[in-house]
Amino acid sequence: MIVLELFLTFLEIGAFTFGGGYAMLPLIQDAVAAHGWMSTEELVNFIAVSESTPGPFAVNAATYVGSTVGGFFGAVAATLGVVLPSFVIILLIAAFFMKFKDSAIVKGCMSGLRPATVGLIASAVVTVGWSVFSAALAGGGGALSLPFLSAVVIFCGAAALAFTKKSPILIIGLSAVVGIAVGYAGELLG
Amino acid sequence: MNKYLKLFLTFAKIGAFTFGGGYAMIPLIQREVVDRTRWLEEKDILDIIAIAESTPGPIAINTATFVGFRVGGVFGAACATFGVIVPSFVIIYLVSLLLRQFSSLPPVRYAFAGIRAGVLALILRALWSMYKQCPKGLIAYVLMAAAFLVAAFTDISVIFIIIVCGLLGLTASLLAGRKVKK
Repeated sequence: MIVLELFLTFLEIGAFTFGGGYAMLPLIQDAVAAHGWMSTEELVNFIAVSESTPGPFAVNAATYVGSTVGGFFGAVAATLGVVLPSFVIILLIAAFFMKFKDSAIVKGCMSGLRPATVGLIASAVVTVGWSVFSAALAGGGGALSLPFLSAVVIFCGAAALAFTKKSPILIIGLSAVVGIAVGYAGELLG
Repeated sequence: MNKYLKLFLTFAKIGAFTFGGGYAMIPLIQREVVDRTRWLEEKDILDIIAIAESTPGPIAINTATFVGFRVGGVFGAACATFGVIVPSFVIIYLVSLLLRQFSSLPPVRYAFAGIRAGVLALILRALWSMYKQCPKGLIAYVLMAAAFLVAAFTDISVIFIIIVCGLLGLTASLLAGRKVKK
C-alpha cells in the first residue's frame, strides 16, 4: 500500500536527519532511488522548486515526493511521517528533559553525526553533478557540445553567485533563462 | 484571540514567509515569538537552536513544536506545528500538479536543464557552509571521508551510515573523556 509505504519511509527520514535544510537530501535521494519513485533529475528539479517557494525543505520534499507517487493522500502521509519524529521528540524534551542539550551522550553522538552529514552531502553533490553532466553529454557531441558547455557555464556562474551569497531565487531564475535560451539555440542550430 | 488560533496563525505566517528553510527561519521566528508575542525570551531561542541542532528533523518543526508546547501544552504544540506545515504543503501540492502538467513542454524542459546546473552550485554552497560549521579534528575528518566514500561508492543505506557515525562519535568522545579524567 503506497500511502503506508510513503508514511513509513518519511517517518524514517524524519527520525534520522540531523541538521536543517539540505541535511535531508542524501536520505531522500537514497529512499526515492531504492523505491524507484523518482529519478535524480526529477529530485534536482524539485530542489529548485523548494528553493523558490516558502517553507522548510523537509516539508516541501515530503509533500512533493508524496504527491508525485501517491496523489493527495500520499502527500499527507509523507508530510505527517517526516514531521512526527521531531514533533514527538521535542515534546518529550520540552516536557521532561531540558538538560538534554548538555548531555554528554547527546554531545558525543552529535560529534559523529555532524561530520557524517557533511560527508553525505558531499556524496549528494557527486550524484547530482554526475546526473547533470552525464545528461548533458547524452545528446552526443562530447565535451564541446552545446548542452555540456552550457551546463558548465551555468554551474560556474551559479557557483560564483552562490558563494557571494546571492539569493537562491535569483540564481535559479538566471539558470532558467540561460537554459531556455540554450534550448532554443540548440533547436535553431539543428 | 484564542491562544491556539494565535499559535496556528503565527506559525502559518512563519511558514509562508521563509524561503530556504532551516536557519533562514530563525530571524523571523525571533521577531514573531520574542519581540511581538513575547511567548519566549531571547535566551530561549538559543536553547531551541541548540536542541534543534541535536535532535532529528527540520529546525522549523522543532521550533514550532517547542514554542507551541511552552505556550499551550500538547495541543498548542500541535497547532503551531500544523501552522508551520500548512502553507508549504498547499503551495508544493499545487506546484507539483502544475509541474506534472507542464514538465514535458519544451520551454519548461529547457528551463529545468539550466536550473539543474544552477542547483548543483546551490548544494555545493550548502556543503561549504555545513563544512565550515562542523567541528574539525582528526576523527571528524575521518568520519567525513568515510561517510562520503561509503555513500558515494556503495549501496549501503544512508541511515545505516548515520547510525554508525553517531555511535563512533559517542565512543570517541567517551574515550576522550575518560583519558581526561585520569
